[in-house]
Amino acid sequence: MNSAEPIIHTSELSRVYGRGAVTVTALDAVSIDIQAGEFVAVMGPSGSGKSTLMNLVGCLDRPTSGSYLLKGEDVSHLDRDALAAIRGRSIGFVFQSYNLLARATAEENVMLPLLYDRGQRRQPAQRREMARQALEAVGLAGRTSHLPSEMSGGEQQRVAIARALVNDPLLVLADEPTGNLDSHSGEEIMELLHRLHRDGRTIVMVTHDREIAAHTQRTIHLRDGHIDTIVRNGHARRTEAQKV
Amino acid sequence: MDLRELLHLAWNSILANRMRSLLTMLGIIIGVAAVIVMVAVSAGTEATIEERITGLGSNLVFVTSGFSRGGPGRGVPNAGLKFDDAAAIADEVSGVVAVVVEQNAQETVEVGNVTVEQVEVLGTTPGFPSVREVKLASGRYFTDVEVERKTKLAVLGASLAQELFGPSDPIGQSVKVGNSDLTVIGVFAKRGMVSGVDFDARLYTPITVVFQKFTPREFARFLGNQVRVIYVKVADRATMDRTIEQIKLLLAKRHDVTLDAADFTVTTQDDIIQTQESATSAFRSLLAWVAGVSLIVGGIGIMNIMLVSVSERTREIGIRQSVGARPNDIRYQFLTEAILLSLFGGAIGVLAGAGGAVLFGAMSDMRTVVVPTSILLAFFSAAVVGVFFGYYPANRAAMLDPIEALRHE
Repeated sequence: MNSAEPIIHTSELSRVYGRGAVTVTALDAVSIDIQAGEFVAVMGPSGSGKSTLMNLVGCLDRPTSGSYLLKGEDVSHLDRDALAAIRGRSIGFVFQSYNLLARATAEENVMLPLLYDRGQRRQPAQRREMARQALEAVGLAGRTSHLPSEMSGGEQQRVAIARALVNDPLLVLADEPTGNLDSHSGEEIMELLHRLHRDGRTIVMVTHDREIAAHTQRTIHLRDGHIDTIVRNGHARRTEAQKV
Repeated sequence: MDLRELLHLAWNSILANRMRSLLTMLGIIIGVAAVIVMVAVSAGTEATIEERITGLGSNLVFVTSGFSRGGPGRGVPNAGLKFDDAAAIADEVSGVVAVVVEQNAQETVEVGNVTVEQVEVLGTTPGFPSVREVKLASGRYFTDVEVERKTKLAVLGASLAQELFGPSDPIGQSVKVGNSDLTVIGVFAKRGMVSGVDFDARLYTPITVVFQKFTPREFARFLGNQVRVIYVKVADRATMDRTIEQIKLLLAKRHDVTLDAADFTVTTQDDIIQTQESATSAFRSLLAWVAGVSLIVGGIGIMNIMLVSVSERTREIGIRQSVGARPNDIRYQFLTEAILLSLFGGAIGVLAGAGGAVLFGAMSDMRTVVVPTSILLAFFSAAVVGVFFGYYPANRAAMLDPIEALRHE
């Protein structure tokens, strides 16, 4: 990403739920820019609008008003088909509860985004190869034919990360990726995300954990649908020394 | 996703819930099997009717005693259709080519040490071979003179001849029928079943011989020379109605009855065909309703299960949406599953229906013919049911909000 254009540019982004007299403003005129290669944490108490923001940024939802440019392309008013295409091509999701298909193997789960990619029709063999490479990149080369139920939480989350990466997306959105994991597995997942960041990935992560947030470059604090503060964290990238 | 992937996905989903899939298909199976059996039965009946039409001989009028119950041979012989009536019809009615009279009896037939019990002995007149369209394989048929003289002659049906004489020539041999000895003068060629009667297993003799030798004396006293049926062959189909009218008037006069209270019935091939066809079509429409209703019930079953499946798999739908599945991708996924279920049920139904039709034909006296187009029809209706009843659940899945779907437990 050598363009100066931000990956995420929102201006006055709002999302209002409900109609008529009873409405709830979940997100109120939020304007943020996130540059290519940034690792940004989003924090805030429940109801602060961080899920709403993530849904909008992830093209799962459309704003009530305001605009959202994803690498210069206005995606605020696209229809369901176009949004689905953007999710498949440009965004990789990592969820708190992994969200893997229970009946599909690790490899099949990772191949899923490729299956729906209409821009590039790939042969099954090619898809399989890409999935294997993505699994290898997250350290699961030997687990390709395992079902989610046969893997630990940490492993499942790594499969989910491989799935998020397989399409080489513009943006990785992680929603409390360590929320369901024990501290050791959580550490491993964070280490993996930091490695991806070092390799140039743009990552936006929702978290409750100040410690984890502090290791990113910026933390966006939301409150009542507004941006409360944006904190530029001192040590953007953890060094090997800090890990010990 | 291309078709192959859709099929793969649907197939896996069906396999994952085998029992449920089978129960879902049951309605379709029954519906399709009903369609196939229905068509097989009506095709069989039609084939039987067709055979009867050709088997009866052309341009025939049947005069039977009492009230006819659907064809020759089933009349109730309670009233007086007499041998002389036939002669009167031949003499006095215009447009008549030939008249044949039939009266039957059952006797034991013996040749040497071969005994065949309960052989149908059919007394007729010389016109029989031409009117009923039977050909002689060897020998000759008896003449008017021989009928008049009550000559004790026999003409054998093909299978009866084989049974009694085997490979040797029966012509000129003597057969013992009841207590009388008859001389064989001819053997018929194979004719098969006509209107449920095996022409090949009968023994044919002058009708006067039946009156004299094979009618129990106590009956003969009351019944005299009673005959079961008179066949009248008409020259021209166009004037058949006039001929029938003449026969009715003549017989009414001879029997001294009014036409409203006639002790005889005059029918034509057309009447018989119509009776048969109306019975068949009633049966057919009944089965069509059964088939239609069970296909609809089957379709509702599929819709029901697909709705359950969509709600069970809401999370999966959300995951697929999050990685780029468009509404159509989801719609086709569930639609494919519904259609596959229906077609699968259709295939099992075809096997069950075809097998059932064959078995039904073998076990009952109803004839069945499995029609290939009915299999296509059944498959087509199964697919239509799948699309029709699968669309609503599939559409519901496609229209799920990805955020809601992902949040679903």
